[in-house]
Amino acid sequence: MAGAGGGNNDLQWCFSQVKGAIDDDVAEADIISTVEFNHSGELLATGDKGGRVVIFQQETENKSQPQSRGEYNVYSTFQSHEPEFDYLKSLEIEEKINKIRWLPQKNAAQFLLSTNDKTIKLWKISERDKRPEGYNLKEEDGRYRDSTTITTLRVPVFRPMDLMVEASPRRVFANAHTYHINSISVNSDNETYLSADDLRVNLWHLEITDRSFNIVDIKPANMEELTEVITAAEFHPDQCNTFVYSSSKGTIRLCDMRASALCDKHSKLFEEPEDPSNRSFFSEIISSISDVKFSHSGRYMMTRDYLSVKIWDLNMENRPVETYQVHEYLRSKLCSLYENDCIFDKFECCWNGNDSVVMTGSYNNFFRMLDRGQRRDVTLEASRENSKPRQVLKPRRVCAGGKRKKDEISVDSLDFNKKILHTAWHPQENIIAVATTNNLYIFQEKVN
Amino acid sequence: MSEEIEETKTVETSAEEQNTKVICPEKVEEAKLKARYPHLGNKPMGSDILRKRLQKGPKYFDSGDYNMAKAKIKNKQLPTAAAEKTEVTGDHIPTPQDLPQRKPSLVTSKLAG
Repeated sequence: MAGAGGGNNDLQWCFSQVKGAIDDDVAEADIISTVEFNHSGELLATGDKGGRVVIFQQETENKSQPQSRGEYNVYSTFQSHEPEFDYLKSLEIEEKINKIRWLPQKNAAQFLLSTNDKTIKLWKISERDKRPEGYNLKEEDGRYRDSTTITTLRVPVFRPMDLMVEASPRRVFANAHTYHINSISVNSDNETYLSADDLRVNLWHLEITDRSFNIVDIKPANMEELTEVITAAEFHPDQCNTFVYSSSKGTIRLCDMRASALCDKHSKLFEEPEDPSNRSFFSEIISSISDVKFSHSGRYMMTRDYLSVKIWDLNMENRPVETYQVHEYLRSKLCSLYENDCIFDKFECCWNGNDSVVMTGSYNNFFRMLDRGQRRDVTLEASRENSKPRQVLKPRRVCAGGKRKKDEISVDSLDFNKKILHTAWHPQENIIAVATTNNLYIFQEKVN
Repeated sequence: MSEEIEETKTVETSAEEQNTKVICPEKVEEAKLKARYPHLGNKPMGSDILRKRLQKGPKYFDSGDYNMAKAKIKNKQLPTAAAEKTEVTGDHIPTPQDLPQRKPSLVTSKLAG
């Protein structure tokens, strides 16, 4: 099956791997908070609530098993952020990793940005597989030789050693955000990146840590007048002057940094008009956009709100070109979802390599694949019960009401504590990473 | 699978047509919520939720607040948080008794195990 197309009728997903502990008692630190493939798809990074980053590397393909693509195994793990304390406000700063974004690879080392609520860090991950041996003044174990015993000189040489992967923090970008950072995005110029919190968006240069430019500020003079916050932001994939930010009111603003230094005034405003007769107490809450992602082509962007996924054409501001219902059956459960705070859950979404299929998570460890070309959608489940090697995932169905058919699950039986908020799609292959609360599932397309 | 999308479409259009006759599910849910919490919506809802979001994170023990409150109240007990509350609201001043437990020491992620 060539390419990364999702448009093939026969595309089925198989279980490949699952990472993490099996036990039901989940420690808070183990809750996965972000998942991201690097630009080649060879590396897969996860961040968790405990401030740790784990990077998996895809093994080179096994010639004896050409059917399954390489497995992902642990490559490096490190503590990215630690809990801090803001003494002035008497508040703890969580070490939870909110986002990880990879830099495109420039040399042998890999670089990624990881952020918690307040501080962004640039990490360098490098391999060491040789070490120098044959020093004149030192023994192999490091002890210094008695210089009077040295009678000949030798030239130290590099000899192979067991591969060691080292992660080191190269830059720390701190003290630029009063509110909680929700997004980071690397610019296509590969020199700058943006970070966004609830009220502001800042522009950084990757080499400069003591300064950042504020490019969007929506903080009102009087905080009592605050009506909306920034929920996500992203740079355009190839136009280095363009970025978007989404709001809690369901709007997306596209900004052009060439227009002015401060981009408070948007270049485009994407908003779907609402039917006023349908407005309810919940309307604004469920319209809040939890994620915005440009397509790889740069022509479209996708937004995720509580119940749906919308695809927008950047050339059309007044409505999305496609709307997909993720779990419409929850509309009649909004009252209880408000009471248990689930209505505020922030689901992410992602595109496949050629922008033909999009994916997003739901409850009960369900996730949804929405095929744009075929106009088909399927609900799949990440669970230990379906984790035999290369086991094909069976489509799942939720029964909204009335008679429940065999193999369907009723809305009231859904486990709202099992949320899939974070998913990622390999940039070229049909390989997906799906994070449940504390486990990472990797699924691959079924190859015959 | 394509049936699912078509089904949803039919349900939506028929809901729109019957809007005058059938109340949409969101409004039914809203009525339920108002019945349980009659005071909800008296204040502008948006700013409440936004304020909760901007103030994310537990407030820790502040010795200044604590001593000032003690001085004012004198003989009375300081207001302590109810057992279920995880959020600081209003006049609650955290006391040493209701501080959250300090986090356990850092260990390797189980994903790497």
